[in-house]
Amino acid sequence: MKEGAASHQSVPQRPRDRKYSWDAIKKQKELILMSIPFCIYIFIFSYLPIWGWSMAFQNYRLGKSFFEQEWAGLKHFKLLFLDEGFGRVIRNTVAMSFINLVLGFATAIILALLLNELKNRLFKRTVQTISYLPHFLSWVIAAGIVSSVLSSDGIVNDLLMKLNIIDKPVLWLSVGKYFWGVVGVSTVWKELGWNTIIYLGAMSAIDPTLYEAAAVDGVGRLRKMWHITLPGIKPTVIILLIMSIGRLLEAGFEVQYLLGRGMTMDWAETIDIFALNYGIKIGNYSLGTAAGIFKSIVSIILIFLANGLAKKIGEERLI
Amino acid sequence: MKKRKTFDIIFDILNYTFMIILVIFSLYPFINTIAVSFNAGMDTIKGGIYIWPRVWTLENYKAVFESGTVFHAFFVSVARTLLSVSLGLFLTSLIAYVLSRKEFIFRKQITAVFVFTMYFNAGLIPNYFLIKNLGLINNFAVYVIPGLVNAFNMIVIRTYIRGLPESLVESAKIDGASEFKIFLRIILPLCKPVLATVGLFIAVGSWNSWFDTFLYASSRQNLSTLQYELMKLLSASMMKNASSAMAAGGVNAQEMSAKLVTPVSLRAAITIVAATPILLVYPFLQKHFVTGLVVGSVKE
Repeated sequence: MKEGAASHQSVPQRPRDRKYSWDAIKKQKELILMSIPFCIYIFIFSYLPIWGWSMAFQNYRLGKSFFEQEWAGLKHFKLLFLDEGFGRVIRNTVAMSFINLVLGFATAIILALLLNELKNRLFKRTVQTISYLPHFLSWVIAAGIVSSVLSSDGIVNDLLMKLNIIDKPVLWLSVGKYFWGVVGVSTVWKELGWNTIIYLGAMSAIDPTLYEAAAVDGVGRLRKMWHITLPGIKPTVIILLIMSIGRLLEAGFEVQYLLGRGMTMDWAETIDIFALNYGIKIGNYSLGTAAGIFKSIVSIILIFLANGLAKKIGEERLI
Repeated sequence: MKKRKTFDIIFDILNYTFMIILVIFSLYPFINTIAVSFNAGMDTIKGGIYIWPRVWTLENYKAVFESGTVFHAFFVSVARTLLSVSLGLFLTSLIAYVLSRKEFIFRKQITAVFVFTMYFNAGLIPNYFLIKNLGLINNFAVYVIPGLVNAFNMIVIRTYIRGLPESLVESAKIDGASEFKIFLRIILPLCKPVLATVGLFIAVGSWNSWFDTFLYASSRQNLSTLQYELMKLLSASMMKNASSAMAAGGVNAQEMSAKLVTPVSLRAAITIVAATPILLVYPFLQKHFVTGLVVGSVKE
């Protein structure tokens, strides 16, 4: 850094500029040629849709060209923020992604700690393989399973009644206030095993001599887990937590769309479902796009905050 | 000391018990679905099917494969998955190779633009209009092209390539090999383990998706996929409307009642057909995807 600043003062051309000289470009023309199609691809599929944001500032009508559209300024954003439904949608999105985040992290870390304590290798591997199974099922299949497990004659109600905890079946999927919990538990069921992979990877990188030294000192098992294993995976946990900040509005919509019903929609509707309902179903593309822009902008701000935070605590940058 | 030993034993017993409960939780719903899929539909309605069929039958599976719709959807799913995996693997590893080369002058910029897409999405409706303007609505290509290359898979492959000895590329360059040839002849063959991992990720994503059919191809029955057929059955059964559920399954209602196949048993059979291919593959790739995931999730 210092060197660069010094050379900047003495030589007008920075060494950085020489990196992009014609010579360098010529020399690397093959690599450049190979990367051009990808840049075009990424531009078209990931950045070109930003052009569609113009719809949010128009009273967009299908079949009219861009220049024939009527401009509406911030009207749709005002409508959006005045819409009582949209406040509810944001509440649902944030609540569900927060519940999934906390439940997901806590359960995965605990399971990874317990798996790490299994001495029988074959047993450990078998448990791991089986615990990954639900991750490989699609949400359509998972939602089907959840709805039959939670139905009035499903196994959950069966068990709870046999244990005398309830005396008549609970309609888990028809009561709005259960919805967030149902989504949280379903997500844990589906992703628990899968989420432990990263933590187990971090645990296997812990220096085994630490455990040996602790054993010599007569340190017990729980204290080893607390003082060696947990600190060992701390950097991984922190970076994953920071990354998930950027996804706070990514509560998903597959599971909500598949499990939500008319009676639970007030609790199930997320930003994406809101955009889908307004945009593609009713044809109010402008309002649907405005909702999408809100989500994108907030996500960008969050990811840059997270990125800065990661830099500050000395972790690898995310972008 | 003795106290500690008893504590250790109790801990182990509790831990192993917990693991067995976890295994039951992960497996039971799936085993139950298998049992229902092999049980006579009318008998299932009485309830009480847990892990073993009571009245064995293959009628549910027959109904699945005799229904032209479901059978066709199965082939669409297979086709989109095979195409996505082969094209996606080739192109993702090509860009991963380019971005793995430390001397490449645009490496940082292109990587940043690429990685940013992991966190940024213009939104559902702008994406819908993009697909529409590209002429991909009701077009089979919509299953393959939009998800061809993604940043996460690129990072996983790139990290793997970086772990290969640099001298491989250098000596090939001295021999006058072109970059593309180095990639194709030297790098790609060495990437088999990571390609298995990423291939699995792509296959799972493509095979399991239903939303692209729902959004972009729902008006063309011959583009329907297995997951989408299943989704239609699921939403119909949630409305508790048996006849529409049967219609959604593409199975003639009369045909179905004659064979004593119910929507529940039909759904179970399709679920097993839709889940089996991936469940047969993933255990064998476990070692690879575990490493791939650890590398891709934490590294930049």
